[in-house]
Amino acid sequence: MPDDSTDNAKSMSIIVTKGSLDWAYPPFILGTTAAAMDMKVTMFFTFYGLPLLKKKLNMKFTPLGNPAMEMPMFGGHMAMPNLLSVMPGVGGAAGKMMKNLMKQKGVASIEDLREASVDLDIRMIACQMTLDLFEYKTEDMIDGIELGGAATYLEVAAKSDINLFI
Amino acid sequence: MAEHELNAEGLNCPLPILKAKKALKGMDVGDTLKIRSTDPGSVADFAAFCTHTGNELLSSSSEGDIYLFEIKRT
Repeated sequence: MPDDSTDNAKSMSIIVTKGSLDWAYPPFILGTTAAAMDMKVTMFFTFYGLPLLKKKLNMKFTPLGNPAMEMPMFGGHMAMPNLLSVMPGVGGAAGKMMKNLMKQKGVASIEDLREASVDLDIRMIACQMTLDLFEYKTEDMIDGIELGGAATYLEVAAKSDINLFI
Repeated sequence: MAEHELNAEGLNCPLPILKAKKALKGMDVGDTLKIRSTDPGSVADFAAFCTHTGNELLSSSSEGDIYLFEIKRT
């Protein structure tokens, strides 16, 4: 089988700082697509992005503090006032709605995109400091990840063509 | 030169690209991949994908709501 890797392959790094259902999409979509386009991809998971490396994903979604969010509804669009978003059960219901909508529209699940990331040999680095801070164990994380810190990331970023902070 | 097929109907970004990449990886150089997609964004995306990866976009067309692509593995 021919080899895809070339010496002049482009590279991309992404700092993943957010782990809610909606925010998990941009890094995984861009990471997998870049890898599919033969780019060398490194993802650095830190703070609230770190739980995205847990074996068991349990992403939450909330419309709270997101006044620009509009859900398609009855042929139009509906925004959710913050006052309503704090009501018990609203966040959970909105999360369910979002997941249903994604399924309906053929949007990949984060689980699928993460699996694709592993298949595409994306280098995934877990922030050691965040592990310590929030008391996560490496046993709870998926296989094949590395541990590292700011210097590890910067060494990669310094030679990457694209560097994103999400 | 073998011809391969990929049905990406109903899939949204970035799945058509990811599935196409997976299919291309398993093909020999010179083989062609015929893709069916319903994602309007895939028209621009397959063009960009081929420009960047060097695979040849032999054709890009549509039949009603279906977008058809033919990519040659290079």
